[in-house]
Parts: sequence; C-alpha cells; structure tokens
Amino acid sequence: MALAKRIIPCLDVDQGRVVKGVNFVGIRDAGDPVEIARRYNDAGADEITFLDITASHEQRDTTYRTVEQIASEVFIPLTVGGGVRAVSDIRTLLNAGADKVSINTAAIFNPELVKEAAERFGSQCIVVAMDVKDLGDGSGRYELFTHGGRKETGLEAVAWARKMAEFGAGEILLTSMDRDGTKDGYDLGITRAISDAVDIPVIASGGVGTLDHLVDGFSEGAADAVLAASIFHFGTYTVGEAKDHLARAGIHVRR
Amino acid sequence: MSKTVAVIDYGMGNLHSVESALRKAGADRVVVTDMPDAILSADRVVFPGVGAIRDCISEFKRLGCDETLRAVIEAGTPVLGICVGMQSLMTRSEENGGVACLDWLQGPVTRFPQDHRDTAGAKLKVPHMGWNRVRQISAHPMWNGIDDNAYFYFVHSFFVPADQCDSVVATFEYGLEGASAVAQGNVFATQFHPEKSHDNGVKLLSNFLDWDGSC
Repeated sequence: MALAKRIIPCLDVDQGRVVKGVNFVGIRDAGDPVEIARRYNDAGADEITFLDITASHEQRDTTYRTVEQIASEVFIPLTVGGGVRAVSDIRTLLNAGADKVSINTAAIFNPELVKEAAERFGSQCIVVAMDVKDLGDGSGRYELFTHGGRKETGLEAVAWARKMAEFGAGEILLTSMDRDGTKDGYDLGITRAISDAVDIPVIASGGVGTLDHLVDGFSEGAADAVLAASIFHFGTYTVGEAKDHLARAGIHVRR
Repeated sequence: MSKTVAVIDYGMGNLHSVESALRKAGADRVVVTDMPDAILSADRVVFPGVGAIRDCISEFKRLGCDETLRAVIEAGTPVLGICVGMQSLMTRSEENGGVACLDWLQGPVTRFPQDHRDTAGAKLKVPHMGWNRVRQISAHPMWNGIDDNAYFYFVHSFFVPADQCDSVVATFEYGLEGASAVAQGNVFATQFHPEKSHDNGVKLLSNFLDWDGSC
C-alpha cells in the first residue's frame, strides 16, 4: 500500500509560547512555536499539531498570529486544537492558516458543532479529539473524559467515535488519559477497537516512550498516524530516527 | 521575468498556505482575488478548492469566476487547479448527490468505495489522507526536477478514476488507481496539495512559475 503512515509531533502552546519545553540541539528559542515547527518540518515530520492551552479566550489573538506565522513558513499540514467552541473559532483558525481544526470538549457538549463544521468547511479539516479512559471495572469499557481526564461523561468511546464519523469528522485524535505522560506506550486495545470501528483515519496519542511504541501503534493499534510530544521535544529521538526504526519494522513511512 | 500569480478567491476557505507557498517558490507577486481584471491580467492563475464541491461550483459561478476562468484558459495563460479545484474542472462529481462541474477536462469524480480495502484485504481509511507516491505516467514540464514516485500530501474522499479520464498525467495507488494530476494544454491540476507537500510541493509550484503553458 502506497499511503505512508504519519508521524505527528505535537506542541503545547500557551499564549504563543511552547510549554513543557523543547530540547533541541542548537535551537535558539525553545519556546518559539514557529522555530520549533520549522525544525520539525525540516526533520521530516509528516504534519504538525499545535495544541493551544491558553486559558483565556480573550488572549486567542496571539494564537492566531502564531498560526499565521507557522503557516507562512511551514509547508506541511498544520492541525490546531484547544478551546475550539464555535463555528466562528474554526473559521478564524482556518483563515489564519490551520489546515485542520481539532474539536474536543465542544463536540461532547454540542455534537451538532461537528456536523455543522463538516458541512461548512468539509470533513477533511475537522478532527475530533477524544480523551478516553479504561473504566477499570473489568468490563473493558472505555469512556470519554473531559478536563484533562478528571470529569467523566458517561459516553462510551467506540460508539462515540462512530457517531463523530457519522457526523462528518474527517479524523479522530485518540488520547489515552491512562497512558498520557507514562511512557508505557499507547493503549493499543482501544486504539485498534476504534480504528476498526470507523472508516476515517485514527491518530494514536498518549504514552509513547520508545520507538517500539510507535511500531506497536501502527501494527497492533492499527493507527493511521501517531502523535508524540516528549520523545521528540527532549531530543530522545529525532523524527528521522523514528522513521528509520518504523521502516525496519516493515511500516511504510515517507523518507 | 517578473511574474504575477492570481489565486482565485471564491470564498471557500483558507488560501493563505497557497499564497505563502507560491512566494516561497519564487512568485514576485501573488494576488488573492475574485476580480476578473486582476485574474485576466495575471501571468499565472491558481484555482484552489476545499470543502464540498456543490458549494465550490455554485460560489464559483455566482461570482462569475467560471467565465473569467474560461477567458484565462482560452488566452493560453497557465492554470493550476488544486484538489477540489481539479475536481471542479472535470465533467461531473458524485459528491452531494451529483454535481455538474465545469467540464474543461472530461472524466468523472467518484467516491472511494464503502468498506474500501486493499488487495490483501486490509481496511483503507477514507478520506485518503496523508503522503502518497505520485507516479508520473506522462512527461510534463511540471515534473521537472521531481522524482517519479515522489511523495505529495493528499486529503480527499472523491477522486478521478485513472482509467476513466484521458488527461491523466500522474496516478496514485490506494486500493485502486486514481488521478494524482491531470493536464490538457495550458491547464494542469493536482488532486494532492502542493502547498502542503514540503519541498516537492514548492518545486512543483516553482515549475508552474516557469511553465509557459505548452507541453
């Protein structure tokens, strides 16, 4: 099959500055999302995801300017997520240069937003982000959570993914809140269950610590793309090393 | 030679990336506009497109861009269609229950099959989203300096079947063969997004600036 599996570095950005730190050799300003995006672009990243964690909605102008700057210099797809609540937010981000917009909490409280956005802007630019947790009661049931994994919604993950695909989502960004930050690897069970349940691409996220975890995300998790932050930010591995490793494992990547 | 590129703006979304990538490719002046005079006087014209084709075609026609584009093509100005822009140049699309397109190039636009699978039975996701190889099946000045089977970025759910259009100059493989690019006279159009395809994409845009519209 000719379509390459994608590697997507993710930047957390607060008021126009990258947080959680980035540790690249020779980088001038580790907090500058534009410079970091350019570095990832040069390193062979397939896309870039930019998660805006700016708390105040009023400070979003900084975010828009950052998106504009990245889009002017980085010629690979850019997804922007975080705090997207209304069709007008999506329009502003797309006009600023985002190629895709990721909707998370707002999709839970107002699923019609996904439908409306997909109809207006096309499914290709609407990503639905799902933060999921294993209920841990032995039922194998995963539910959606909000507020960084603190608030449960009662929504079952696989059914939700199907509904979002029906509503016109073009892609699902699936984050395991159990694994996020652990470096124990993606939650492969739920990743595969969702990837098998929908026809749209699924991005695995949360928990990657080694290059084998990326391999597992594709082979066992059946993901179409993998998102990673810290392994790249802290210079543990480069995107090139990740792709070499995946290629050796028989995963088709763009090099 | 100094060149002005007009990117046709018919209100269907973000043209910022197309504009930036054209500048990166060396365009002296890029105007994003729906004004007939600006489009007609440009040295190169880009016909971009995102979103649903019914809305694209209806807005394009409502603004009179179809007549402007006709005049541009007839004047011999090189034209580059991108994604839904390419699909809009075809005869007809299955999207939105069936939409008559501009019919500059003859061939249908169809959807990837439901439950789409490769020959080994593995599920293929739709949209066809990501980096795929572009196989050049006909020589064209737009391919100068671009390797055969080079990667470009695609994102689409509808496509032109390679065997149902005589103007196909490149294909992609995704459980079937679709048109990566079509060309006829001074019109060249891509299903992929050169503005999102890193160095290969910038190179293609640079070739477009150098291309005189002949093959």
